[in-house]
Amino acid sequence: MTTLDPTQTETASNGAMTRSTGTKATRFIGLAVIVAMAWLALFGLVLSPADVNQGESVRLLYIHVPTIWIAYLSFIVTAVSSGLYLFTKKHSLGWDRLAGASAEFGVGFVALTLMVGSMWGRLTWGVFWQWDARLTTTALLFVTYIGYLAVRRLGGSHQQRAKRSAVIGLLSVLLIPLVHWSVVIWRSLHQTASVLDTDGDIDMDGMMLFTLFVGVIAFSLLYLWLVLHRTRVMAMEDMLEDRGLDAALAERRAEGSQAGGIPS
Amino acid sequence: MWRVAWLIAKKDLRIEVRSRVITNQVVPFAGVTMLIFGFALDANTDVLELVAPGLVWLATMFSLLLLVQRAFSVESDDGALDAMRVAGVDARAIFFGKALSLSLQLLALEVLLLFAAVILYGETIRLDGAVLLVTTLLSATCGLAAVGTLYGGLAAGSRGRETLLPLLTLPAVAPVLIGATRAVESALGTGVAELSDGWQWVSLLTVFAIAFGVGGALAFGPLIDE
Repeated sequence: MTTLDPTQTETASNGAMTRSTGTKATRFIGLAVIVAMAWLALFGLVLSPADVNQGESVRLLYIHVPTIWIAYLSFIVTAVSSGLYLFTKKHSLGWDRLAGASAEFGVGFVALTLMVGSMWGRLTWGVFWQWDARLTTTALLFVTYIGYLAVRRLGGSHQQRAKRSAVIGLLSVLLIPLVHWSVVIWRSLHQTASVLDTDGDIDMDGMMLFTLFVGVIAFSLLYLWLVLHRTRVMAMEDMLEDRGLDAALAERRAEGSQAGGIPS
Repeated sequence: MWRVAWLIAKKDLRIEVRSRVITNQVVPFAGVTMLIFGFALDANTDVLELVAPGLVWLATMFSLLLLVQRAFSVESDDGALDAMRVAGVDARAIFFGKALSLSLQLLALEVLLLFAAVILYGETIRLDGAVLLVTTLLSATCGLAAVGTLYGGLAAGSRGRETLLPLLTLPAVAPVLIGATRAVESALGTGVAELSDGWQWVSLLTVFAIAFGVGGALAFGPLIDE
């Protein structure tokens, strides 16, 4: 099945065994994530009051707002590291992996935002979805970055993958303002100002605002922790592929030299 | 660069004229799409007349996917794209050439689809909206062709990539679908659309076409080089 012969497998796995995606820093961040999430749960579910108009459903916003915030952040990180990959002389794959890891979690966080948001919408507006400018842009953003992730899986060498996805990553950034612009005029033309605004434009009580702040911290730490690990996993995947290729090449060469030694 | 682009566009159009894939397959497909929209909306002429501009653009976008696949299968079958790159042809020239031939094919298709909307959905074309209509068609087509060529180049080549094309293209052309639909509604006077409302959409379509024309020309080289 594998092209690696036993001795090489052993060394390869030994080499990998000594590597882990965890470091002191990530363990510390991981602990901080657990503490911050517990803190958020305590404030969001127990200590903060229910909203006058929205009732208990306001608690969903403590997830909804931080996740979209982190999603925007991760797409910015993807764009910046795509640019850094493309426009620095070294073309370091580290930037490419950071872009990819960040986009993966960005997509995940947007999905979470849309899910939580539609639940909130059902409770507050009575519908899961409104064709509002912000919602529509977010949905298109989601699909665009799913496309980006698909491009990352096209295959080819690491540098090819990096170049291709960096270009698509930057083009996606070009697309977002155009999508947003079109959707904004579309809705402003066809819909009289909606009574139900999509954002949490409510006079927030101090405790709620603080809970939201805790949420942003908790999800930022989670994002940081996830991206650090994911980037390292990607580095190890790349390394594994390279080693597998090297080993296969070495094997074929060995076969070749043997065959060359005894001409048939 | 422009001379090479023109040569590539001419070559593509000549292939299409001789192979007749467009006239035998893509145009009928677009026509069928227009028919089945009618089935989906229960042949309700009031509704159809109201949504006809959107259906025309939707049919255009589905046909765009076919046209793009066609345009790049011609290139990748015999490794022609790689050959052109090896021969030192500028990637930007290939991009503009392919985009130009795609634009001309799309324009012809859009005119046909508009006629289909007149015949099947009872749409009327007014004279005072003609300028807006033509400008919309031109600017939307340039944007669609730029996006199609860009992602088509990426998806061309090895197996399994064709399925990627719709996923990348459709979200990217969403602004064109919205903008062109509203602009055509204004031009045709569908529903409550005002003629003057259409022009802000044309400016959006123009910005879109320029952004993807320039971005695509710059990005095309890195995307097709393997």
